Amino acid sequence: MISFIAQSIRMSAAFLFGSTGEIITEKAGHLNLGIPGVMCMGAIGGAIGARLYVSSLADISQISAFPAFVIPLLFCLVLASLMGVLYSFLTVSLRANQNITGLAISTFGAGFATFVNNIIPKEGFKEIGYIYFKLFPSTEKLGAFGELFFSYGAMVYLAIIIAIGASLILKKTRVGLHLRAVGESPATADATGINITEYRYTATIVGSAIAGMGGLFYFFDMNGGSWPYSDAISALGWLSIAIVIFSIWKPDLSIFSSIIFGLLYRLQYFMASATLSQKTLIGMLPYVITILVLIVTSIVGSKKAQPPASLGLNYFREER
Amino acid sequence: MNKEIALELKNICKYFPGGVIANKNANLTLYKGEILSLLGENGSGKTTLMNMISGIYFPDEGQIFVGGKEVSIRGPKDAFDLKIGMVHQHFKLIDVFTAADNIILGEEMPKYSLKEAFKQIKDDCASAENKAKGVLLAALKTAALPFIKIGKFIAFNHLARQRAKKLQEIVGKYGFNIDLSKYIYEMSVSEKQTVEIIKVLYRGADILILDEPTAVLTPQEIKKLFAVLREMKKDGKSIVIITHKLNEVMEISDRVAVLRKGEHVGTVNTTETSEKALAEMMVGKKLDLNIERKDPADPKPRLILKDITVLNKEGGRAIDGVSFSVNGGEILGIAGISGNGQKELLEGIAGLQKVESGEIIFHNPKENKPVTFFHKDLKQIKKMAAEGFFHYPDGNKVDLTGKSNKEITRLVNEEQILFYEDEIIDLRHRTPREIQELGIKLSFVPEDRLNMGLVGNMSIIDNMALRSYRKGRSIFVNKKKPKALADTIIRDLEVVTPSDMTPVRRLSGGNVQKVLVGREISSSPKVLMAAYPVRGLDINSSYLIYDLLNKQKEKNVAVVFVGEDLDVMMALCDRILVLCHGRVMGIVPGRTVTKEDLGLMMTGSLDLSKKAAEDAVPSAEETAEATVKEAENDQE
Repeated sequence: MISFIAQSIRMSAAFLFGSTGEIITEKAGHLNLGIPGVMCMGAIGGAIGARLYVSSLADISQISAFPAFVIPLLFCLVLASLMGVLYSFLTVSLRANQNITGLAISTFGAGFATFVNNIIPKEGFKEIGYIYFKLFPSTEKLGAFGELFFSYGAMVYLAIIIAIGASLILKKTRVGLHLRAVGESPATADATGINITEYRYTATIVGSAIAGMGGLFYFFDMNGGSWPYSDAISALGWLSIAIVIFSIWKPDLSIFSSIIFGLLYRLQYFMASATLSQKTLIGMLPYVITILVLIVTSIVGSKKAQPPASLGLNYFREER
Repeated sequence: MNKEIALELKNICKYFPGGVIANKNANLTLYKGEILSLLGENGSGKTTLMNMISGIYFPDEGQIFVGGKEVSIRGPKDAFDLKIGMVHQHFKLIDVFTAADNIILGEEMPKYSLKEAFKQIKDDCASAENKAKGVLLAALKTAALPFIKIGKFIAFNHLARQRAKKLQEIVGKYGFNIDLSKYIYEMSVSEKQTVEIIKVLYRGADILILDEPTAVLTPQEIKKLFAVLREMKKDGKSIVIITHKLNEVMEISDRVAVLRKGEHVGTVNTTETSEKALAEMMVGKKLDLNIERKDPADPKPRLILKDITVLNKEGGRAIDGVSFSVNGGEILGIAGISGNGQKELLEGIAGLQKVESGEIIFHNPKENKPVTFFHKDLKQIKKMAAEGFFHYPDGNKVDLTGKSNKEITRLVNEEQILFYEDEIIDLRHRTPREIQELGIKLSFVPEDRLNMGLVGNMSIIDNMALRSYRKGRSIFVNKKKPKALADTIIRDLEVVTPSDMTPVRRLSGGNVQKVLVGREISSSPKVLMAAYPVRGLDINSSYLIYDLLNKQKEKNVAVVFVGEDLDVMMALCDRILVLCHGRVMGIVPGRTVTKEDLGLMMTGSLDLSKKAAEDAVPSAEETAEATVKEAENDQE
């Protein structure tokens, strides 16, 4: 049971990266449906980084922890951010429709990742995966407590730190206030002298970079360095977008909702005795819950639980 | 008086696309520590002029001086820097933020330069007594610099500290009564306005522009606002207040500047003028427009409204107990400052807005006309025949008992069954579609020209077909008739378009309007309601529209014309109804009424409604007498 919960919490990091990134993007008023593609790009970016690092070494046994961790991470950030740049160039500068742009990036990211995966040798990935898998060397002595809190890889802790940081920045700081203003009413923000384009670009790119780490995490930590198919990563991306709704656009709530989704996601693997159709039914639960949350927040109609008012709308200054 | 000039405008001109002149050679002087009222009719360019000062628009010609220096205001930020702040009519606030958050939004952080900080550390190091200790301290401080920079950028807790100090200071100073931690969506209109004013003051504005601040307030709230404004005046701030209400102008302002059709007519000291003189300045002398106007032939009530009340979005009464009738074969003008209930009134009649109370009675002119299957089915016709509504062409009463359905259908199709008298229908509980099919057409509401009646991406032909698509029987759309109609409209109304297949979105505003009005008129209405049909049109197109309306009038259509140009209304309309705050201030004959009276009625200074209550139009002499008397009363 403890190991099931620990597994779920580990799993939740992938959702947490994705949802935190998407929340930051959405708070600036951009509905980036490209998150699945961005996560694929993050994962394959990690793979490219890992390959370059491994090929620079004479032997796999020379792999050392720090560069093996940082180099794939950097490549992941660069590739994921590039997708963010592409998305914001299309939607902010060229004013393309956000939904269509997002879907295009989703399909492109998944396809590109599959393509690169097919041509890349995966020597040494297992070793790198192990570096990602564990941060603290020996936690067995601490028993259940150790397993629940200290058995994860560095990325899991990173995800939680980023989520808390994002929450603090959005709630407490001037930058966060301006960012939320841009997402709620760009015209008002513009009139007070806030640079809309700058905020929207930055939020989208930073959001994409964070989401991309979700893909990297899933590739190296959860899957131990073996390619999990683009579809599996894309599925994480879609679930992350659902979690954004589930956590009513709050990164701190998103930590808990990611864990809940993690539990539900792992439930089907935990219940070994269940039939296939039962497992599929359980697999549906996260989506059902998201719909329920949408229904509840819409009925309650609380102003604070609503999406940013201009979510999905591009801003034109000429239109008064 | 030797006062310091805060702001001066010289020969400001602003043109909008389509040859519309918003401002022409506008001159304005604002002194320090005074309240200046800016008075003018709709479209006289008040808001445009002020928007040029606050950086929303840029003037095409002319100069702006602030504090004696010529300036160029390119955006809202430039205006802030010059200490100019504007409170817009539509509040620019974010609902889900607190008042305090809204107020500090967009404020820039004090600049923090790494270079200077480093220099400071170096100096400290050089002047330190203990060399080793100084170097160590300097190294530590230098290492901390990037973190300080990031911290300053993100500015943790900065918000809370600012809130406590500067905001409370302002709130206390001018006696605002407001809770700054409240969310905007929980606030009343008056509170929101207060937030806007504090926002402008917080940014350090010395020149405040308020665009119709009293339009949304109750009398008590207006009193409070005026008290605050006087407090600011004492503090040396200069205030421009845009308003239509003459009594408020007299109460609050030191001087009044009057604009008419974009031009500055003059500025007078409030103590040396009267409401009547201001109304005259505002509306100007009567112009002769040479619109052909025939006397209405046989006007019969077509639409009778009794005590109608319509609520606006906020739940206030946009239309408050309005009664009047519209006759067939005449043009009834509705005059009033915009936003005084015109839109709600028309939409209430058209069934687009809920009418809270009252009756809207429609006399369908059916006397001696055949009944058709267009509005009525067989069952209804049978029932009405039993109640004795119909007669045969030879005058005998229709009796359908014992006749088969087939036979009745034949009689109806051969137009053998005629109405005895006009049909009387209560429109209040009908759907917009039923009301339309009865022949009551709402031509358009200008703010949403494209949204209200036309689909921008569809061609002119397809837009014509929108009105008639329900009539066809085939699943395919028959485009012959819409095409013929589109071509007729393009030819008759001189619509400038590459072809009849051009998407409406690509036409200019005036041409869109022609297409829309053309389509509505082509459907042979019984009541035609046109709101601002000539707004934004050039003179020639305007006259085309007036001709169209006059032609409809000759066809015995009841025309309701909501307009803004009083000269046009006095030349076109047979009767003019004046609305102010959702109430009828009076219905006056268009041929004899004076422009000053209309001006006074529109601004709420003259109320003839008691005389007009029975919908009996007072004769010309009576009106004139009443006007003089009322005006005298007002003077006292």
